[in-house]
Amino acid sequence: MNLLDRQLLFVTGKGGVGKTSVAAALAQLAAKSGRRTLLCEMDDKGAVAAAFDTKPLAFQPRQLDTNLWAMAMNTEDALREYLRLFVKLPFVGRIGPLARTFDFVADAAPGVKEILVVGKLAYEVRERHYDLVVVDAEATGHIVAQIGAPRVIGDLVKVGMVRDQTKWVSDILEDPARTGLVIVTTPEEMPVSETIDLIGRLDAESGVEPSAIVANRVLPALFDRRQSEIVDALEEAEDVLVDATGAGVRQVLAAAHVTEARRRVGGRHLEGLRDAIPPSLPVLYVPELFTRATGRRVVSLVATALADELDVV
Amino acid sequence: MARSAKLGLDALLASKEMVLVTGSGGVGKTTVAAALGLAAAVHQGGKVLVLTVDPAKRLADALGVGALGNTASRVPDEAFAAAGVEPRGELWAAMLDTKAGWDELIRRHAPDAKVRDSVLNNPLYQNITSRFVHSHDYLAMEQLHELHATGDYDLVVVDTPPSRNALDILDAPSRMVDFFGSRLLKWLTVPYRSRLFTAASKPFYQVADRVLGAGFLRDIADFFVLFQAMERGFVGRAREVEGLLGDPRTTFVVVTTLETAPAHEAEYLVRELVRRHHHLGAIIANRVLPAGITRRGASASAKRLAEAAGEADLRDRIVTRLDLDPDDGEVVGEVLSEIATRFHDVALVATREAERRAELSVLAPEVLDAPILDSDVHDLRGLLELVGHLRT
Repeated sequence: MNLLDRQLLFVTGKGGVGKTSVAAALAQLAAKSGRRTLLCEMDDKGAVAAAFDTKPLAFQPRQLDTNLWAMAMNTEDALREYLRLFVKLPFVGRIGPLARTFDFVADAAPGVKEILVVGKLAYEVRERHYDLVVVDAEATGHIVAQIGAPRVIGDLVKVGMVRDQTKWVSDILEDPARTGLVIVTTPEEMPVSETIDLIGRLDAESGVEPSAIVANRVLPALFDRRQSEIVDALEEAEDVLVDATGAGVRQVLAAAHVTEARRRVGGRHLEGLRDAIPPSLPVLYVPELFTRATGRRVVSLVATALADELDVV
Repeated sequence: MARSAKLGLDALLASKEMVLVTGSGGVGKTTVAAALGLAAAVHQGGKVLVLTVDPAKRLADALGVGALGNTASRVPDEAFAAAGVEPRGELWAAMLDTKAGWDELIRRHAPDAKVRDSVLNNPLYQNITSRFVHSHDYLAMEQLHELHATGDYDLVVVDTPPSRNALDILDAPSRMVDFFGSRLLKWLTVPYRSRLFTAASKPFYQVADRVLGAGFLRDIADFFVLFQAMERGFVGRAREVEGLLGDPRTTFVVVTTLETAPAHEAEYLVRELVRRHHHLGAIIANRVLPAGITRRGASASAKRLAEAAGEADLRDRIVTRLDLDPDDGEVVGEVLSEIATRFHDVALVATREAERRAELSVLAPEVLDAPILDSDVHDLRGLLELVGHLRT
């Protein structure tokens, strides 16, 4: 099943692995393929806005491109909308103090904030406002609390409207044909080990299944085995190279050495990842970009790389 | 603004008793924190403790910290001997265990056994402690306070938890104080029956009961009634913990890579530390490329190498030097050509790193570089290599 044929895609990963770029790239690919797509950022850091070189996003989605809308999640607005749509509150305009108080309860009470936020995303899916909702979600350490919220609420809250609503939210989240989770990692020790841990925790604490891993910033294998041996040995011919090309070649060799060493270490981490995860779970590779660019250019480069990979999924 | 003169890592570690290692996620905070503790234990002596949050498994094993909760254990002499050093002091390591930390706080601040047991057995307790008021951040600070107060250590180095925002750690103690002082907590803890008669809270409870269910709110209220019994202890303690941030014996080390996003977050964090008059010991630029890559001579050589890679003369000299098969000349040419071409990719990244570094260097008394290493740091030997780079 094509990743983008789902209706809700959470994109998570350890901090610093390029989660936002991948979420933005997936949203862009979906939009380009003709799907009406909403990209939602979950924290208030403005990373999605930065990825598209645009001003800060708001709760109300804003169109960024053909078929592409983006919003920033915000608990107060989500509560306001929830009260308007479901509780049919008469004083919608004046919920400010109530929302702040509620926000405080939600901060302390387990799962309340998460269910509100996840409920909003599931609502967009249920109402089919978009073909696909892509979420630049919480990092690996927090994602389970978010997508597992319907279960937590179901356990803790015995009556009330929220309890009733956890059912349809769970139905959407736990249907792998509708909801997907993409875990972004880099070929490094901690991101890979958090990815493996997360897959185990998802199974134990939520009904959401991972749909794909994105291995980001993978250094390309430049050399076959024989060439690789020669790269390692070149140090011994340094003086020959200095003689032929100047002293600066020492730095050229150092750069090759560092890159090659990191590529090998990274390759081992990726092999370990492949061995530790279910064989059916696809791993999509995005190469290290070596670009000076930021913002839209990066999104577009990552999207191009992912497009090639998605054809194989 | 507290800024020390440029004195190097040793002077910093020698002059402080508490080091808080901060920075955005994925930059190597845990490894750097372990390296700082090791540097102090090896070169300065005394009893040094590293409190880590979430070490990679191999590093945790190397430090001898496992799943044993908050207990500190000493890195054995044999481990140092195997790594080829004889430390002047002792290195201890402990792992932050949020759940155990909270249990300990409850035991300490509960006025009596009844409150204590009611809280510890409350079904909401575990859920709440793992979520609210950035409890990981607070617990890390709390543990630092606790460990320092025991007088058992000359230096405590704390690795800080991965947060959504690196500033959370600075705000954690005041959030705890605010929480106990908030009107909301007072509302929540008004005896349940009388609530509907409190004009101010009436609309809130009506809606909240309908949405969340009365039972859930009552559970929450019951829990916070218990919590309020511990207010004095918690608030007093949180104020003490907050005091540590600005204590002259405390220093902050900000770790970052020289990539755009982490470097900008580090800049923000540094400015905030300065604004709050906290002591900024150093910025550590981690996993940086060798500085020489950006030199003009290097790119000139790369260019010449790209041309020379096709020349039989150079190939033959290398084949001879490396004692290769004469047929390998072509492979040597391919390798040299690829290295020359790819150099520009690496040089581009190195140039960008140099820019980031220049931006950071105006902000801190000290920017220490830790180069990107050939392999992951997962034992004392790797940490010692890192220490070696940080001390030069």
